[in-house]
Amino acid sequence: MLLPTYGILAISVFLPLAVMAFFSILKRSPFDPGPLTFTIDNYLVFARRPYLIDVAWTSIQLGLWTTGACVAIGLPAALALAKATRGQSQKILFFLIILPFWSNGLVRIFSWTMVLRDGGVLDYAYHQLFPSAAPLGLLYSFPAIVIGLVHAYLPYMILTCYLSVSAIDDQFLEAARSLGARWPTLFLKIILPLAMPGIVAGSVLIFVPVIGSFMEPRILGGKTGVTMGTVIEDQFTQAFNWPLGSAMSFVMLGFILVLFGTFAGALKTRPVAAA
Amino acid sequence: MSISINRRQFSLLALSGLAAPALVKSRAFAAETITVLNWQGYGTDEAWALKAFAEKTGITVKHEYFNAESEMITKVKTNPGAYDVVLINSARVRQLGADYLSPIDQAKIANDASIPPALRMHPNFVIDGKPYGNVWLWGMTGMAARAGKAKQGDSLSLLADPGFTNRLAMNDDPVVAIGIGALMSGQDMNAPKDLKLVGEKLKSLKKNIRLLWQSEDEWNKAFAADQFDLSVYWSGAAIRSRQNFKLPVDFIVAKEGAIAWVDTLTVPKSSTKQDAAYKFLDYMIDPDFYYEWATKVGAPASANPAAMAKLPDGDLNKITHKADYLATMQIMGPLSDDVRQSFVDLWEETKAFYAK
Repeated sequence: MLLPTYGILAISVFLPLAVMAFFSILKRSPFDPGPLTFTIDNYLVFARRPYLIDVAWTSIQLGLWTTGACVAIGLPAALALAKATRGQSQKILFFLIILPFWSNGLVRIFSWTMVLRDGGVLDYAYHQLFPSAAPLGLLYSFPAIVIGLVHAYLPYMILTCYLSVSAIDDQFLEAARSLGARWPTLFLKIILPLAMPGIVAGSVLIFVPVIGSFMEPRILGGKTGVTMGTVIEDQFTQAFNWPLGSAMSFVMLGFILVLFGTFAGALKTRPVAAA
Repeated sequence: MSISINRRQFSLLALSGLAAPALVKSRAFAAETITVLNWQGYGTDEAWALKAFAEKTGITVKHEYFNAESEMITKVKTNPGAYDVVLINSARVRQLGADYLSPIDQAKIANDASIPPALRMHPNFVIDGKPYGNVWLWGMTGMAARAGKAKQGDSLSLLADPGFTNRLAMNDDPVVAIGIGALMSGQDMNAPKDLKLVGEKLKSLKKNIRLLWQSEDEWNKAFAADQFDLSVYWSGAAIRSRQNFKLPVDFIVAKEGAIAWVDTLTVPKSSTKQDAAYKFLDYMIDPDFYYEWATKVGAPASANPAAMAKLPDGDLNKITHKADYLATMQIMGPLSDDVRQSFVDLWEETKAFYAK
């Protein structure tokens, strides 16, 4: 019964990965005429190009900031959705949260350029409050990339946190309150531990694609928008070096697996009773 | 009633019988469709032009688009028979070469006659004495400045001038970036001997660079929003920005020159409709088509001097694209895979330096 599922999984996930893995050990583009020659040289990319360490660190920072901001906004939003809204208003809020998924990524990013630029919506509002202040200068900066990415990935965090938070029995909260727990204690001792599975799932879903993102860094980041995603994209579109681009992607994948392997213990979620 | 036919009449009948399939074929030709692979909105897909071409020849033109030259090369290599005409920057023609492209028989393209032989047979696309592309358009990548901020003949060192701190937009293209660095350091942009010096020149722009742009649309939006005053930009795009979007931009040809490029229309070896493709190539280089395109929509310079001569005096395109530039400027040439990779590596390293 599971055979078709495994078949689709194999074709849609492992086949493209296997093809890319094959490309990554080629010496030249697979479309070039002539016999195929193999090399592992492409995997020495960080040794041959030390500047990529800085680029990779920028990507990781981008992943951390974006994931952190998504947790900071997504968890309270999920709490509000699960505990403070009901019926029609909840449906409308869900619709608004999912809306970014239905809009074209490029359109979404370009619309942020209109909001973030000097004289744009944010800058205009800021100068209404502080007329003599210098321009905000948000566009073409690192924070601009984070804003664009948070907008794109926040729904993942809200939805995964919502699943965890909505499962929290209100009786836990009432019991804690009756024993004198204040809001910070309630949040730190009960809500946060019980929401952890959602936070972890959301973080993994966000961190991984963010460190490989290239559209937001390119369009919103100006000169700061140089990430592993843009470098890999350039190998495919500018250098036409598919093998090197593929190898870089696998090095990044390896790094993520090592990272998750290292922090697997911390990422493990505890059952409710343990909380 | 009896019918008698003599030998001559019999021969005529027989000949007409033989001609019948040819007539059928000709009717089939009338309904022929060719597929063009090009950037979207780059001349070949103008609706009015395709209508006029279909009325003139009976040939319908379909389009497929690419967003990067590498994508175009992949498409041609992996889809034999899918395309009949492909736009290729002359510097890239050798990447496909005789393995994938047909040599062009220029005698079949009447409008080619008015193109100077030096351009028609440019070494960029001539392999073993045969041209593998039909020269179509040319343009330059140079400086573009907000009106009044720079003047013709200024030096490329303006790009590093402290007066433009945080007000420079650079084209995020390794070949263009290395080309600019090579021109700034007085080297051959297609084969700079001292890449380290090129890198130093590019790194000297760090304080000025505000953004790295990739598309004309992105450039127009950022310039209109007053995000920068000086840029490395395309000549044809600068004219469109000025004419179509009324942006106050001047295209500047620096004293060190600009990066000239030449685009060709090619016919893949796998095309089964080469005659129809040749008709389209001829139409594209026709002065009448170019006049309409350049004056009503906006186009780069035509490689056909007869087409440029047709433009009215005072036309910005005509003023910007002086014919003698093609003889004096360095033209973007073919790069081997290794050289291209070294350009990409240097540009990535420079961008990482900008980002720090």
